[in-house]
Amino acid sequence: MSTSTTGLAALPPAVRKVARPPGRSFWMRLGRHLLRDRVAIVCLVILLAIALSAIFAPWLVPADPYKTSMLRRLLPPGERGYLLGTDELGRDMLTRLLYGGRVSLSMGLAPVVLATLIGGALGIIAGYFGRQVNMLIMRVIDVFYAFPSVLLAVAMAGVLGAGIMNSLISLTLVFIPPIARVAESVTTQVRNQDFVEAARATGAGSWRIIVEHMLANVTGPILTYASSLVSVSIIIASGLSFLGLGARPPIADWGLMLNTLRQAVYVAPLNAVLPGVMIFLTSVSFNLLSDSLRTAMDVRA
Amino acid sequence: MYLYVLRRLLYTLPILVGVTLICFSFIHLAPGDPINAVLPENASADVVAQVKAAYGFDKPLPVQYLIWFANVLTGDFGLSIMTRRPVLSEVGPAVAHTALLAVTAILLSFVLGAGLGLAAGMTDRRSTDRAVSTFAVFGISVPHYWLGMILVVIFAVKLHLLPATGMGPSASDLTQFGMEDFRHLLLPAITLAMIPAGIIARSVRATVAEIRRQEFVQTLKGKGLKRPRIFLHVIKNAAPPTIAIMGLQFAQLLGGSILVETVFSWPGTGFLLNAAITTRDLPLLQGTVIVLASFFVLTNVAVDIFQTLLDPRVRRV
Repeated sequence: MSTSTTGLAALPPAVRKVARPPGRSFWMRLGRHLLRDRVAIVCLVILLAIALSAIFAPWLVPADPYKTSMLRRLLPPGERGYLLGTDELGRDMLTRLLYGGRVSLSMGLAPVVLATLIGGALGIIAGYFGRQVNMLIMRVIDVFYAFPSVLLAVAMAGVLGAGIMNSLISLTLVFIPPIARVAESVTTQVRNQDFVEAARATGAGSWRIIVEHMLANVTGPILTYASSLVSVSIIIASGLSFLGLGARPPIADWGLMLNTLRQAVYVAPLNAVLPGVMIFLTSVSFNLLSDSLRTAMDVRA
Repeated sequence: MYLYVLRRLLYTLPILVGVTLICFSFIHLAPGDPINAVLPENASADVVAQVKAAYGFDKPLPVQYLIWFANVLTGDFGLSIMTRRPVLSEVGPAVAHTALLAVTAILLSFVLGAGLGLAAGMTDRRSTDRAVSTFAVFGISVPHYWLGMILVVIFAVKLHLLPATGMGPSASDLTQFGMEDFRHLLLPAITLAMIPAGIIARSVRATVAEIRRQEFVQTLKGKGLKRPRIFLHVIKNAAPPTIAIMGLQFAQLLGGSILVETVFSWPGTGFLLNAAITTRDLPLLQGTVIVLASFFVLTNVAVDIFQTLLDPRVRRV
């Protein structure tokens, strides 16, 4: 974090407001930096397009995502008015791809958001209080680090049983440890700075110090790191559905569509490969966006 | 140094105990009565009683865990419900198959990743750098199970060049490894290599670029060393972090190959896990997960120790 914010954070809120010129806050600078980044903008547009078309799918495409037709199975793209063809049960691919964004995007974002809240809190507590508290939390976290991430997600989802809720739980569990680790190390660094000592000297309690003085300094790095996990989350979540452990038929979900269309890969390879394009596009966009965010955070000018 | 190695090794013990705790909890996390998790529904009453006694389901949880843990320590993970064979004898060959795939994949990804990363890090041309970065992002972002399907479509369905699924004829015997086995290995290995290749390329590029900015490289240039000699110096400095990344990625591959193994019907641990989940074979699931996690932990320790040997400045506990 920039030294100016660090110094200012120690001042009472009233002084802070006066001392910081409008539009010069850390987040404003970050936003401005991102708006100058062409790659970031393109990714943002792609993601917005996918998200909006998923939300407004019922108005964008007339077809019913669940209406099957035995006569129109696996039509190639463009045939008989089906822009992207039909799937193995004769359902319109385009419709299902748009609807699929609902589950797939949520499954990319929700676990990371939940894990950031839980893991971030755990890490900050461990980092701030140190000693035994740190020992206790971080050693438990270490145990979860003993599993390769995909293995942990698959094993957990497998034990709990297929379903969107269960794969959400397992993915959250996978992402809590790495986020907690980042939060802990950032908090430990900030904790030893003078302004925290100053706040303590003025008689501020732990809660107040964490919420008012430290949170502003640790959220940046934690969020940057968490943003890099969204694409991983989408790939693993879709992977769980691909294994039959996530969303259950007939729900439209990109990973599940890949799974059910897999048998058709010899007959209609183009249709079978389409849902993966969506997963790939989303995950690339999130990855590049997270990269831009990291560069923007690093500049700090 | 020895002390460090010893401490690092000792620290894995509580971690491994924690791993068994989590795996033990699987039985109780599974929906329904734990007895249903380990027995088919139509089991006769005396079989149920026998299994109950064997697992100690009538005893308090900590005692149950200790009994189970003692068995695990001796390598006894119980019988697979599916095959009625000891879990370990099922997991053993599967681990070997996964290891073959993972080793091939990590070597491929090293050649690809380190090559591209070096090219991008050493050059001053922006286009090369851009191209490599694009490749790296592609490798990291691509859902590899999907890439596997595409490779099958291209090389197996359209071109008929390589087999789509399965392992070669001498599956369980590496000494008999032949051309046919290699052909079967190629597609899944390439698929699995994509993610680590991207990560390695990105890391090598950053490391090399960073080293080239250091003063000693300027000094070498000033002394009049030719480019190839400077290149050698840079490589030497870039090696430790690269080896560390490679080790960690290899460890991830061992447990992360499940999706690729499913696409290619590769008879490894992922395949086994999948079977264990669909048939609700919990002992098999626990055994596979414990073995994989142990490999993961040990690989990580090996990487840590090896890195400290190469560069004593990095010492982490």
